Amino acid sequence: MARRENPEINAGSMADIAFLLLIFFLVTTTMNVDSGISKKLSEKPPPDYVPPIIKEKNIFEVNINFRNELQVEGERMEVKDIKEAAIKFIDNGGGVGKPGEDGTPGKPCDYCKGEGSESSSDHPNKAIISVQSDRGTDYGTYIAVQNELLKAYAVLRDRLCTERYGMTYKELDKRYKDDRNNEELKKKVDDIKASYPQIISDAEPTSAN
Amino acid sequence: MSKFRKKKKGMPAVNTAALPDIVFMLLFFFMVTTTMRETSLKIDAPRLPSATEIKKLEHKSLVSTIYVGKAKETEKYGTGYNRIQLNDKIATPEDVPAFILNARLSVSEGEIPFMTTSIKADKQSSVGTITDIRLKLRDVNALKVSYSTNSGTDN
Repeated sequence: MARRENPEINAGSMADIAFLLLIFFLVTTTMNVDSGISKKLSEKPPPDYVPPIIKEKNIFEVNINFRNELQVEGERMEVKDIKEAAIKFIDNGGGVGKPGEDGTPGKPCDYCKGEGSESSSDHPNKAIISVQSDRGTDYGTYIAVQNELLKAYAVLRDRLCTERYGMTYKELDKRYKDDRNNEELKKKVDDIKASYPQIISDAEPTSAN
Repeated sequence: MSKFRKKKKGMPAVNTAALPDIVFMLLFFFMVTTTMRETSLKIDAPRLPSATEIKKLEHKSLVSTIYVGKAKETEKYGTGYNRIQLNDKIATPEDVPAFILNARLSVSEGEIPFMTTSIKADKQSSVGTITDIRLKLRDVNALKVSYSTNSGTDN
C-alpha cells in the first residue's frame, strides 16, 4: 500500500509573520542613549542671604552677548580659545587654598603648573568660573562654552591623575563605575575631584531689550 | 535501497525551517531594546547641540524630560524656538513645578534626590528660556539637571 507520509504542517508563513513583527519593532525602536552635560543647580538661597565677598582675581568671567559673541576677562575671544584661558586661570596657583572644614589653614597648590601670577586665581578650589549670558544668547553657544570649560577641567584632572595614579581620570572614573564598592578607587576619584573641583556658576542673564 | 533513491529525484528544496528561528531571534532582540516614545512631540524635534564632555543618563525611570523648541502649530504658537513642552502639552515655565511634583509621585521617596531633569532644547532656543526653567526647577528643589546633547567629535 503506497501510504503517503504524514503531511507536515506548513511552517513557511511563520517566517512572514515573524518578519512582520520584526519590521514593526525595527521601525519603532529608538536606541539612543540619552546623554548630556550634567549640572547640579545651587540651592535656593534664603531671603536674607548675603553672598560672600570673593576676590576679583579668583573669578574668571565669561560673558556671552545676544549676538553669541564672547568676552572673557574683559577681552573678546573665540570659543575655541576659552579652554586654554580657563586652564591658565584654574591652574595658576598664586596663593593659598580654602581652609579645610576642620579648620586647617589653606595650603598653596603644590600640583599646579601655572605661572603663580598674583593677579590670577589663588588655588583651584577657590577658582570660580562665572558664565553670564544674555537672555537672547543661543542655547547652542551656551552649551559650547560650558563644554569648553568642562574640557579645561578634564585636561587638568587627567594630568594630575596620570601623575598620581598612572592613568587618566576618564579611565579611573570608568573603573570606579564598573566597581562601585571599591573603596580604594573611590578615594582616588574623590582626591582628584577635590583637587580640581568644577566650580562653574551661572550668573543671572542680562537682557538686551 | 530503492526507497532512498526515489527521494533524490527532483530538485531538493532549500531547507528554510531555521529561518523563523533566526527571524525570531532578531525579533526578540528588538522587542527587548525597544523603548516606546511615551509622549508625542508637539514641537519639532529639537536639534540638540553637540558636546564632548557628556555623561550618560542612567535610570530612565528617574528622568523627566522637558522639551524646548519650535512648536509644530506655528499659527497658534509662532515660529520662535522657545516653546516648552511638558508631557504632551505646550506649557509655560510656570507649569514646570507642577510637572516635577507630578513626576515625583511615581517614584519612591528615597529616590527623589536622584531624579534628574533632562532639558532637550534646540540649538537656537535662547538662554533666557532655559534660565526661566532652571529657576523654576530650583524652586522645587529639582537640582539635578542634564542638558541633553549629541555626542560630538573631539577637536
